[in-house]
Amino acid sequence: MARRPRTIPGVLASFEQIDAATDAIKALRAGGHKDLVVYCSHPNHELEEALETPVSPVRLFTLIGGLTGCTAGFTMTIWMNLDWPVLVGGKAFASVPAFVPIGFELTVLIGALSSVAGVALLAILLGKRGIMYDPRFSDDRIGVFVPAANDKAATLEELFRDAGAVEVRHATA
Amino acid sequence: MAVLVQEPVITQTHADVTRDVVATLERPSTGYVLITLGAVGMFLVGALTFLILVKDGLGHAGYQPPVFWSVYITTFVFWIGIGHAGTLISAILYLFRSPWRTAVYRSTEVMTVFAVMTAALFPIIHIGRQWIFYWLLPYPNQRFLWPNFKSPLLWDVFAITTYFTVSTTFLVYGLIPDVAAVRDKVSGWRKLLYKLTSVGWTGTDNQWRHYSRAYLYLAALATPLVLSVHSVVSWDFASGIVPGWHGTIFAPYFVAGAIYSGIGMVLTLIIPLRRVLKLEHMITDYHFDNLGKLVLLTGSILFYAYGMEYFIAWYSGNTFEQTTFWRRAFGPYWWAGWSMIICNAFVSQLLWFRKIRTNATSLFVISIFINIGMWFERFVIIVSSLSNDYLPWAWDQLNPTWADWGILAGSFGWFGMWFLLFARTFPIVAIQEIKEMIPMPRKRPPGGHQ
Repeated sequence: MARRPRTIPGVLASFEQIDAATDAIKALRAGGHKDLVVYCSHPNHELEEALETPVSPVRLFTLIGGLTGCTAGFTMTIWMNLDWPVLVGGKAFASVPAFVPIGFELTVLIGALSSVAGVALLAILLGKRGIMYDPRFSDDRIGVFVPAANDKAATLEELFRDAGAVEVRHATA
Repeated sequence: MAVLVQEPVITQTHADVTRDVVATLERPSTGYVLITLGAVGMFLVGALTFLILVKDGLGHAGYQPPVFWSVYITTFVFWIGIGHAGTLISAILYLFRSPWRTAVYRSTEVMTVFAVMTAALFPIIHIGRQWIFYWLLPYPNQRFLWPNFKSPLLWDVFAITTYFTVSTTFLVYGLIPDVAAVRDKVSGWRKLLYKLTSVGWTGTDNQWRHYSRAYLYLAALATPLVLSVHSVVSWDFASGIVPGWHGTIFAPYFVAGAIYSGIGMVLTLIIPLRRVLKLEHMITDYHFDNLGKLVLLTGSILFYAYGMEYFIAWYSGNTFEQTTFWRRAFGPYWWAGWSMIICNAFVSQLLWFRKIRTNATSLFVISIFINIGMWFERFVIIVSSLSNDYLPWAWDQLNPTWADWGILAGSFGWFGMWFLLFARTFPIVAIQEIKEMIPMPRKRPPGGHQ
């Protein structure tokens, strides 16, 4: 059985207002804290801008999956028709136009499944563990967590309070 | 313009949305339990009929020359068509950034998955020897035989399998953040259920970054998929030389019909559902107005397609084609032919009136007409075309039997049962997408950002 991940020491602030959260994020990033974790119940472009989020590499999974599906569809149909050549309707054995639907469907199928696999890998399996969470983040609050040693906690709490945090909690090492 | 129904101003807060949607998952009412039991009962009728068919054979279903594709294939195409509205609303309208889709898209996606799941039963029922259904799939076997990839029927196997897998993936993927929101609100064994199904979702910036991007690609992949699936179904017919089937118009005609029937079924489901689950403030006239416009658009395309089919039959100068279309209107299946034209082409034209589009009762009645009309459309195309082929001495009618009606009723029961069970177990309204539409509170008045 996997061990529970250790709690990462740091400070977790809870915000009700979006601009309060973005102010805090900008101040933290200006102060050299790049390793933030921001919680929100929905994707929000103001948070993305404040965090300067780069484009997700999940598109590579989609591309590679789609190309694999397309190649698999045409290869399978052409190979199977050459492996057991049966004349159907006077068409060539490797009748590529007739195999377009199979190639297309497998492009979509493998492309979609590999995109989801990419998200599962990047967002869930490789995601950070042991970070403080509050159930209200899936409801109406925005959470900002900054990993920090115990002696920095007071300064960070003050920064969060100044920005407009409604609640600040600490996780000690 | 006065004719437009304005987008409603959302007065709810983020917390209200979570609370209202979680409330739909609380203890069910007696009415809900009775309807669900009714659906289970209908499903059992279908299951019993199926067992008799397996034991005795398809002779019970009235299969006789020349009609060997009948009610089961009709109902298969009907349910596949129903499935098209979900992906249209969740993928195509997502790419077009239509704001009204947010309140209804989850229920249409759920409908899609269960409709395709229902449809997928029919080829299995229809083949007669269900225990060798896997012959449809390319797998290495002792005689080194492969399936015929030049047949549209095999394309269909791939199209339906892909469509079912991708639409289920799309539904489950969209559910994850919403299930996480429910997880944080409930307790007991339900918390465990939602904890497992939310797969560790916490809504971090890293998760949203990958999630939103992949959602875009899923939508982009599902968009051509939805158009392809019913095109492939239409080629099952169009590539045959049966009069009434052999038309180049079939792919767009089937796709428009599929979306039309799907939105009809969406209306049939969400009009009672929003009352039962008390979601009137979330699913409003604004949504009905837009759904009504989609019905009007696709219904008008069908109107054109019906007219064009008759025109081409006349203009072709082909006696067989002309006879088939004459018999559709005045032959032994005239009742089915006229039901299809009246229910689809004419009834949909009532939606030019905004008062009808925004009235839940009238829309519900129209949606029932759509369901009936679209079932008859497939019956007309399949059964009436097959019953009068090239040789008049071989003409014969199909008389649907108890085995046909039993399976048809069972399919509605099966679909209804899953839909109703889902609606009480998982959020039927997309929490996070509605939250995305609601501006978050601010400490300063909004400036650069809205």
